[in-house]
Amino acid sequence: MTFSGWLTIFAFVVILSALALPLGSYMAKVYGGERVFLTPLIGWAERLLYKALRVDPKREQDWKAYAKSLLIFSLAGWLLLYAILRTQNAFFVPHALNPLGYHSAPWNVTFNTVSSFVTNTNWQFYSGETTMSYLSQMVGLTVQNWLSAGVGIVVAVALIRGIVSRSGKSLGNFWQDLVRTILYVLAPISVIGALVLVSQGVIQNLSTYLTAHTLTGLTQSIAMGPAASQLSIKMLGTNGGGFFNVNSAHPFENPTGFTNFFEMLLVLLIPAALVFTYGRMTGNRRQGLAIYATMMVMFLGAVAVAYIAEAHGSPAQHAAGLHTHAIAGSGGGNMEGKEQRFGIAGSALFDVVTTVTSCGAVNSAIESFTGIGGAVPFANMSASETIFGGVGTGLYSILLYVLLAVFIGGLMVGRTPEWLGKKLEAREIKLAGLAILITPLAALFATALAVASHAGRASISTLGKGPQGFSETFYAYLSQSNNNGSAFAGYTGLIQPNAGNLGAHGVTFADVLGGLVMLFARFGPIVFALAVAGALAGKRVTPAGLGTMRTDNGTFVVLLIGVIILVGALTFFPALLLGPVVQGLTGHLY
Amino acid sequence: MRRDIVTSILAMIVLTVLLGLVYPLLVTGVSQVAFPGNANGQKVYVKGELVGSKIIGQSFKSVVLDKNGKPKEEEGEPVTEADPKYFQSRPSATEGGAYNAAASTFSNRGPNDKLTKEEDEANIKEYLGLNKPYDPALTTAQIPVDAVNTSASNLDPEISPANARIQAHRVAAKRGLSRSAVDELVAKYTDSRGLGFSGEPGVNVLELNLALDRLTEGKS
Repeated sequence: MTFSGWLTIFAFVVILSALALPLGSYMAKVYGGERVFLTPLIGWAERLLYKALRVDPKREQDWKAYAKSLLIFSLAGWLLLYAILRTQNAFFVPHALNPLGYHSAPWNVTFNTVSSFVTNTNWQFYSGETTMSYLSQMVGLTVQNWLSAGVGIVVAVALIRGIVSRSGKSLGNFWQDLVRTILYVLAPISVIGALVLVSQGVIQNLSTYLTAHTLTGLTQSIAMGPAASQLSIKMLGTNGGGFFNVNSAHPFENPTGFTNFFEMLLVLLIPAALVFTYGRMTGNRRQGLAIYATMMVMFLGAVAVAYIAEAHGSPAQHAAGLHTHAIAGSGGGNMEGKEQRFGIAGSALFDVVTTVTSCGAVNSAIESFTGIGGAVPFANMSASETIFGGVGTGLYSILLYVLLAVFIGGLMVGRTPEWLGKKLEAREIKLAGLAILITPLAALFATALAVASHAGRASISTLGKGPQGFSETFYAYLSQSNNNGSAFAGYTGLIQPNAGNLGAHGVTFADVLGGLVMLFARFGPIVFALAVAGALAGKRVTPAGLGTMRTDNGTFVVLLIGVIILVGALTFFPALLLGPVVQGLTGHLY
Repeated sequence: MRRDIVTSILAMIVLTVLLGLVYPLLVTGVSQVAFPGNANGQKVYVKGELVGSKIIGQSFKSVVLDKNGKPKEEEGEPVTEADPKYFQSRPSATEGGAYNAAASTFSNRGPNDKLTKEEDEANIKEYLGLNKPYDPALTTAQIPVDAVNTSASNLDPEISPANARIQAHRVAAKRGLSRSAVDELVAKYTDSRGLGFSGEPGVNVLELNLALDRLTEGKS
């Protein structure tokens, strides 16, 4: 561990908070329909889009109508993306956008990929530079990076509206929320972000791959492409699907220590800001601060554990005789699967940032993390996106936990639970409980199925021996059910003997099971969250009395952390013991 | 229902054009005008020939020839060995030869895996074999971890300053340069941390080797 490592973590938290606070207020204004500084610039485009889409933004929707629009829109996106990916070498695709003439991936891998991008997961069995044409990356994948992010955010906004609404059943209008999210929130930040990244060395071109002749007479082939535009929205929208196979570890996606820092900020910006948006929209900023504090405590705990564990080094390194402490000119630590320019701290922090959110981008090989360091992303995902979480998904996930915590707190003090003046009744608690249980259910059921069957074990890499094989499998389904997308990347779903998919075939079991898990664990909780919003909307508000449990103080933060850890531990602990914990406790090699 | 279907179809068409074509092409256009070098991958040319990208690592090994002067092969892959007059990059395990930048990949070596230990040991042996003759005091315990562990992308363009310091013994001897001259170049091509704290300093191996070639061009 080094001083600059801890300083990086500290500076990150300070700068993130300083940026998220004003953005949160701005977003509250956007969704409240107020004028913002961008209105004169963008207002005309907003109105034009409503016209083109034949939408009446003033038409109010109850939760069912809102959910219906959302689901049909997502289905349309799924079908279009499938069509685009399956025809990437069709005759009408211009050569410039598929310079290497890549064929489409097989149906099963494409099923997985499409489900993955539409659900904001961006789990990737394929490798960008050997599978995708530039057209597929731009017109297919980049578009879903935007849209799935937008869908996540509008659900959070609708839930907040349900919580604060005092009359009527309306949650707003899905189409209006979506258009505003894209134009007022995502677009300005994404365009600026992409240009900042290019200015630091991220590539953005439509050239064919380069062939270089190296100083020692070897030939090196170098992949190219429009990376920055996809990278920027992939981080901002907590999507996480890399343009290249190694994602944000690739020097063309993350060239310097600065871009690493910048990309981490892009990931957490909106999830952090939305917490403040919530505080503002409820009319009590302390509500937002309490949630922010809850998230930050768990976040910092995860960062500290990951950093310390990775700086310590791995059993394999020590058995080989390496010394892993920091020396002059080298940070030491477990540098297997890590880039020199990020070092241990920059890799550990990035890992936590992208696994507490549902981003799932990686700048280091998670499979090569030490047992305890690797247990951190497991634990982060076991918290089911409550530690900031994905854009929108994080906020609606933790609000469901808040509801649960208020209920448990109410039981403890023996009073009818109330939240922001609204009585919580059986219906809301049941819906929230169901929403919370979907993710663990999907993850554990799929993992069990995969480790217990021949077809499932076929995906485990040759390196995944002993507990590593279990960790690989468990990580795969936990990641997909959390719509995260990061991976112990040895887990295989596509066998590709040649670049460009000639002769490639998918592993149907892993592809299809993973795809179904992602769809189920994405749209299940969304529908339940909207149903909770519908149940809360229009409930009578009673003024807070002396006996009302407050949800904006330190006691509640402790209770909320307790509930999140309890639910995560009770559901996931047995499975975690079999994989990462065993690896962390032993110096034994398998 | 019907209304939602119509709007969804329209939305997918309009938004795909806007976000899938206008947005990436706009970013491409601006980047190509404002940052053409970066946007195209910071290509490095020597005498008009492309030798690589400044920020993509490459192998500084050369092909071993057999007795007949033909490239020696093992299991269909040409055998290579480190060219001692160049600083060597980190080990790389990309398919189709080391540092294949058309197929980046993680090595996925587990922390408790025997194979990881064996790979580390093989790399340690190679590193000692290459450098110990020029730096007799060198021991396994002194080898910086980056020198024997594969990177995340397997395309890491950098090595740690400690790694470069050890290799400087060999490179100076092979090129007939003074240690201080080589150390000076190492320092010149060491990137500092982003914003002063983010990440670790690293030495860009390609830039350093090119500078060495320029320095000794007249001599050999």
